[in-house]
Amino acid sequence: MAAPRIIVVGGGLAGLSAVIKIAEAGGSVDLFSIVPVKRSHSVCAQGGINAAKNLKGEGDTPWQHFDDTIYGGDFLANQTPVKLMCEAGPGIIDLLDRMGVPFNRTPEGLLDFRRFGGTLYNRTAFAGATTGQQLLYALDEQVRRFESEGKVKKYEGWEFLSAVIDSKGVARGITALDLRTMELRGFAAGAVILATGGIGAIFGKSTNSVVCTGSAQSAIYQQGVYYANGELIQVHPTAIPGEDKLRLMSESARGEGGRVWVPRAPGDKRPGKEIPEAERFYFLEEWYPKYGNLVPRDIATRAIHKVVYENHLGIDGQPMVYLDLTHIDRSTLDRKLGGILDIYEKFVGDDPHEVPMKIFPGMHYTMGGIWVDFNQMTNIPGIYAIGECDYQYHGANRLGANSLLSCIYAGFICGPHALEYTKSLPAVDGDGGQAAELARQAELNAKLLKNEGRENSFWLWRELGDTMTKHATVIRYNKGLKQADEKIVELLERYKNVSLDDRSQWANTSFVFTRQLKNMLMLARVIVQGAILRDESRGAHYKPDFPERDDERFLKTTKASYTESGPRYEWEEVDTQYIKPRRRSYDAAN
Amino acid sequence: MATKTVQFEIKRQASPDDPAVWERFELEWRPGMNVTTAMMDIAASPVTADGKPTTPITYDSCCLEEICGSCAMRINGRARMACSSLVDNLEQPIRVEPLSKFPLVRDLQVDRSVLFENLKAVKAWIPIDGTYDLGAGPRVYPQQQEINYPLSNCISCTCCMEVCPQFTEATGFVGAATIAQVRLFNNHPTGKVLKEERLRALAGDGGIQECGFAQNCVEVCPKKLPLTNTISDVSRDVLVQKVKDFLRG
Repeated sequence: MAAPRIIVVGGGLAGLSAVIKIAEAGGSVDLFSIVPVKRSHSVCAQGGINAAKNLKGEGDTPWQHFDDTIYGGDFLANQTPVKLMCEAGPGIIDLLDRMGVPFNRTPEGLLDFRRFGGTLYNRTAFAGATTGQQLLYALDEQVRRFESEGKVKKYEGWEFLSAVIDSKGVARGITALDLRTMELRGFAAGAVILATGGIGAIFGKSTNSVVCTGSAQSAIYQQGVYYANGELIQVHPTAIPGEDKLRLMSESARGEGGRVWVPRAPGDKRPGKEIPEAERFYFLEEWYPKYGNLVPRDIATRAIHKVVYENHLGIDGQPMVYLDLTHIDRSTLDRKLGGILDIYEKFVGDDPHEVPMKIFPGMHYTMGGIWVDFNQMTNIPGIYAIGECDYQYHGANRLGANSLLSCIYAGFICGPHALEYTKSLPAVDGDGGQAAELARQAELNAKLLKNEGRENSFWLWRELGDTMTKHATVIRYNKGLKQADEKIVELLERYKNVSLDDRSQWANTSFVFTRQLKNMLMLARVIVQGAILRDESRGAHYKPDFPERDDERFLKTTKASYTESGPRYEWEEVDTQYIKPRRRSYDAAN
Repeated sequence: MATKTVQFEIKRQASPDDPAVWERFELEWRPGMNVTTAMMDIAASPVTADGKPTTPITYDSCCLEEICGSCAMRINGRARMACSSLVDNLEQPIRVEPLSKFPLVRDLQVDRSVLFENLKAVKAWIPIDGTYDLGAGPRVYPQQQEINYPLSNCISCTCCMEVCPQFTEATGFVGAATIAQVRLFNNHPTGKVLKEERLRALAGDGGIQECGFAQNCVEVCPKKLPLTNTISDVSRDVLVQKVKDFLRG
C-alpha cells in the first residue's frame, strides 16, 4: 500500500527542500502556501549561503564553520544538528549549482565566495545580491517538474489554520482556508511539515514579508507543540528605515568592503561625502579591529545603538548611521551587489555608488521557534517544523548566510524522515478528528464575522508592533518587558471587541488578518515572558541589568507550552558534546 | 499647519460578477510613502474622501521590496510594482487599477497563474539526475554567468504580459517572461538537453511568432531583463529548430 500523503505548509526554501526529497523518494505531497510559492519570503535573502568549500586556499573546514556557528550563537544551539548541517554544506552548494543557480564565478569558472559576519573565512557562495531569490527559483523549478509529473499538488492561496490531531494525540492532517472563496476545508495526511518562516509582523515593522506573521506556529503551539527560545530575536544592523517596512541592506555590503561610520562631531550638518576622512568615526573598526565591520549581527546592532543613543552621534541627530560603499569601484559593486543597490536607489532616491547609505537596525530573524527533535519532529507525533519556524540551528544569534543553509538542510533531513514515519503509521480511526477540528474552526470563523465592537485589528496590530519593538528587541529590561506583557494582555482583551470592516465571504483580507492577529498576540506573550525569565545576556538577548552570560543557570533551551492562563515554561539541557562553551568576544584580544 | 495629503482614485470590484466602481481617498502624506503604504492606511481606516465607510482594499503584496513580484498593478495607467511606486514621483490623483489582462479576483487582485502554467509547458527547469551527492556542477565562466544572471532575475510580476499588445485571449501568446526563461535554461550546460523540446513548445500557436516587436515589455520590466534581445535570440533558435524538424521529416 502506498504511504499516506504528506502535507507541507509553506513553500520557501525549507518547504520546497522537503517537497523535493519526498517526491524524489516516491512520496506524494500536498503543498500549501498563502502566496504562490515562487513569491515566498526566501526571495528576500540577499547576501549568500555558507558552506566550507575552501575554494580560496584558506584551509576552511566544516569543523571551522561549525565552531564559528556555535560560537556566533553564544553556545545555545544543540551541537549535533549544527555539526551535521555544516558537514552537509559543501554537498548542498554543489547540488544547488547543478540545479542551475547562477552563482558568481571565478575566472576559472569555479564558484566564487565572499566574507560574511562572524567568520574570518571566505565561506559565502552568492548570486549577486539576490541569492535567496535565485535559490528559491532553483528549488521552485524542481518542484514544478515534480508537479508536472503529478507527484506534488499545490494549494497556493490557502492559509493553514490548525493541525488535525486524533484521539491518541497523533497528527492526521490540517484544516485550511481558501483565501479566495473563504472555504474552510480539512485535508488528511500521514504527516504535516510546517515551513512557515519568521514572525516579523509581531514587531510591526521588520525586514520580513507581510506574510511572516507566525500565525501557523502560534496555532500549533496552542494545540500543544512546544515553542523554544522564543526570546531570541535577531535585529539586523543594517536596514533601510521605511514607512511600511524596514528594507534589508545585506551584510554582503560589508562583506565586499562596506564601512560603517558616523561623523565625529555630534549633529554635523554636512552631507556625508563632504566630511573628511579624519572627521569620520569608523566605530566598528575601532572597537573590533580583528573583525571590523564584519562582527556578528548582535554585536554590530548594539554598537550602532550605543553610538546613536549613548554617544549621540547619529547622522544629523537622527537614529541613522552611514554604510559606505563609495570607495569601491562601480563595476565591482554592480557585479556583486547590484540588486541591493538598486533597491536602495529605488526606495530612498540616492545612488549608493555616489553617496553613503543611511541605515539603522531592524527586526530581522527569529532564532527561536517550534521545538523539534534532531529529525525535525515536534512533540506531537507526525508534526514537523523546518526552516526559520524551527529553533534548531542558530542558538542565541544567527550568523549571516547560515539561514539559507539551515532551511535547505532541515528540509532535506525532514522530508525522508517524514516519509519513513508515514510508512509505519497505524491506520487512522474514523476521520482522525477532522470533523471535530473543522467544527471548532467554523465556530471561530463565524464568531469573528459577526463580532461587534469598536476595535480595529490594524490599530491593535500597530500597538502590538510598537510595544514589541520598544521592549523586546535590542536592549531589554525586565520592567519594560513586564509592561509589554501587560500591554499584550490588554490587547487580547480588546481583541474581543474587534469588528471587521469587511464581512464578505470573498477574498476578505481583513478577516484573514484579524484571525492571524489573535495568533500573533498569543505568540508575543511567549517571546516577552521568555525574555523576562532569561536573566542573563547571551547573543541577541541583552539585558543591561544582567550583562554577563550565565551558563550555570541559562545554558538551557527555553520551552514554552500553552495553557489557558498563559505560557508555561520549562528548560532543557543544551547538547554541548563537541565544543566546550568558552567566553564569546570579538574584540582584539580574541 | 495643515497636514499634507495625497489623493488616490482606486478601482474597486467586489468580485468578478460585481460592477466596477471608482473610490476616492485622501490620505496623510508621509516621507518615502509608496502605494502599498497607502493601501495599509486605507485598511486601518477604510473611509473614502467623501467620508463614506468602505472595505479595506484586496490586493496582492508580500515582500514590499520589489523582489517577490506580487504587487503588480496599473498605477496612473502604467503596469508597475506598487511597493516601489513612490507617491512623490507620481502625478495626483494617483489612479490605481488591477492589471487588465488577467482574470479579476477582487479589487486590485488578479489571477496570474497562467505564467506558472506556461513555465511548465516549456519545462523551465534543469533536469538533474537526483538530489544525492554527485559532486560539483559543470564549470560556468563569469562571462556566461553574466548573461544568465539577469535572465534569472525575472520576478514573475507579469508586467511584460500586461503591456504586450499580442498577449490576448485570441493569440494565446506565452509572453516575454516565459521566453526569457527558455533562453536561460537553454543556455545552461545541463539545461540545454531539453533545448529542442522547449523550442518546439514555442513553435506553435501562441508561441514566439506571435510577438509583434512592440517592445513595450522591455520598457516596463522592473528588473530590466533584456527581453527584446532575448526574443530575437530565441526566435532564431525556434526557426532553426523548425527547419531541422522539417528536414528530418
